[in-house]
Amino acid sequence: MNIVVAIKHIPSLADELEVNDEGTNLDYDMVDFVLNEFDEQAIEQAVLVKEASGGAVTVVGVDVIEELDGVLHTALAKGADKAVKIVGDLEPGIDSHTHARWLADAIKEMDADIILTGVQAADDLDGQIGPMLAAHLDMPYLGVVTGVEVAHRVATLYKEYAGGMMGKYAVSLPLVVGVQAATKPPRYAPISKIRQIAKTAVIEEIEVDDDGPGAAVMLRKMSPPVSTGHANMLPGDAEAVAEKIIAIIKERGLL
Amino acid sequence: MSNDIFVVTECLDGKVSDISYEMVGKAKELAAASGGQAVAVMLGSDMAEQAGTFASDATIYVDDPALAHFNPEAYGKVVEALAAARSPRLTMFGSTSMGMDMAAWLSVKAERPLIAYVNSLSAEGDELVATSQVYAGKMAAECVPEGESAIVTVLAGAFSVEAGQGGMAVEQIAAPVPLDGLKTRFVEMIMPAAGDIDITAQEKLVAVGRGIGSEDNVELAEELAEALDAAVAASRPITDAGWLPKTRQVGKSGLAVKPKLYLMLGISGAPEHLEGMKDSSLIIAINTDENAPIFDVAHYGTTEDLFDVAEAMLELLE
Ligand SMILES: Cc1cc2nc3c(=O)[nH]c(=O)nc-3n(C[C@H](O)[C@H](O)[C@H](O)COP(=O)(O)OP(=O)(O)OC[C@H]3O[C@@H](n4cnc5c(N)ncnc54)[C@H](O)[C@@H]3O)c2cc1C
Repeated sequence: MNIVVAIKHIPSLADELEVNDEGTNLDYDMVDFVLNEFDEQAIEQAVLVKEASGGAVTVVGVDVIEELDGVLHTALAKGADKAVKIVGDLEPGIDSHTHARWLADAIKEMDADIILTGVQAADDLDGQIGPMLAAHLDMPYLGVVTGVEVAHRVATLYKEYAGGMMGKYAVSLPLVVGVQAATKPPRYAPISKIRQIAKTAVIEEIEVDDDGPGAAVMLRKMSPPVSTGHANMLPGDAEAVAEKIIAIIKERGLL
Repeated sequence: MSNDIFVVTECLDGKVSDISYEMVGKAKELAAASGGQAVAVMLGSDMAEQAGTFASDATIYVDDPALAHFNPEAYGKVVEALAAARSPRLTMFGSTSMGMDMAAWLSVKAERPLIAYVNSLSAEGDELVATSQVYAGKMAAECVPEGESAIVTVLAGAFSVEAGQGGMAVEQIAAPVPLDGLKTRFVEMIMPAAGDIDITAQEKLVAVGRGIGSEDNVELAEELAEALDAAVAASRPITDAGWLPKTRQVGKSGLAVKPKLYLMLGISGAPEHLEGMKDSSLIIAINTDENAPIFDVAHYGTTEDLFDVAEAMLELLE
């Protein structure tokens, strides 16, 4: 079984995000890029499926800022078998539609049985790539999934709904899955192992060079959200704050 | 291209989700300004009654046994066919488990631009302006879709529920495309485990997020909750890690709560969490990041360390 994981390298939310001088996008020079957290879940789910049902895992991503190798080496250390990066004369800010088109073109050559990707990414302004991949590849899609099992060419999937409800689905392969959380928390890959792999691993490169259709969305302005209100910030040290919080709760007759 | 606005509504376990009404209300306002109709679209089986609860200008209800439960393959095909036939200027989906499965797919299939995570929509002349909450709510991106027809996914809670509730007559139709040979099969709905306390029925909640750091520290929140006669709730990372049961999760894929007190320890305020608690009467947030989005929603806040504040509160309460 060919298991493919499509990943996105996106701006890290750990640091403060800054906007460019024109106020039209992020200042990409000021941010670190990290693997989308849901893609990390997708990689884990892929390796779990391989361990349970056999097959090989290929991880593929667009090398937006030429720093994807570390992410791919980590994926290999966690149990992926092959890594592919899409390269070219690229600039950060590549939209989801373009990501999906390039990834789908790459995946078409992989004879994939199941494609896993993160259910969403923090930079999905023009939508999530999972359903887009499904549209390009003409496969069914199921997202917000928290568990995948494959047997006899049928995937059993658990999809989350509001209120703690969970839908169980059976989908015949091939398909695309938007992973919310893997069945188990992502495993840890020791640094030593990642270093070892970095020395020997061959990352396949696919060159892109086009300006095909993208998001078709004009980004007029980007800024931290204008808050309609802001919390009344309590002054003083922790003790003063604690006192004040208790006073507020008492004022409301809740204590 | 028509000036109509399609709202793809949704039912979960036989009940219309609030997001559907929220979108219909907004669609009515936008359609009135552009001289079109707000068209509620519902897919289901034996759900004509639910389909008749919208304040839309028109309601299309597609009835087919294959649509009894959400199935992205079947639903996608039907919505695609309806949109192709009636060419709405805008198609609205909820930014929900159902809407997210369809919107981006339709965007590629129908070659229409999509703007996701939308919490504000307006018309400026002929242009549609949508604001997308990207980067987990840390940035607002004001966007204009190119072309004549667009798609949006709307965040729950962005618009008023009441404005979309009403009783428009329903045009019931059969599926406009054959729905046999589907590769996706709905098997069953698994209901949440009963037995734990019901956080939606609590007057006071102490909610813990990733800022709590480790499973052992959850005990501090439990002690504080006990001293306040409250129950403990959590953000998703805490229940995902198994530090608290899933029944305690507040937000999009958890429960919506509306307590009189929602005291938050180390929760950033991602849109998916806000969706489940922003209507609480009193929200107090403890978060060391002064830029955390939660401070836009909380009534009171502090950037003191949660451990210091929680311990000081415990001492005072004893
Ligand atoms: C489809 C989908 C559904 C989802 N459903 C839900 C849902 O139902 N509920 C939900 O909650 N999330 C949900 N999420 C996840 C959501 O996007 C966020 O990832 C999540 O809410 C973040 O949780 P958090 O605020 O606890 O963690 P973080 O965002 O990591 O925030 C932790 C916060 O703690 C603060 N902090 C750290 N240390 C301290 C300290 N010592 N003192 C004080 N503050 C401190 C930090 O400043 C930070 O703001 C969903 C996501 C998706 C994609």
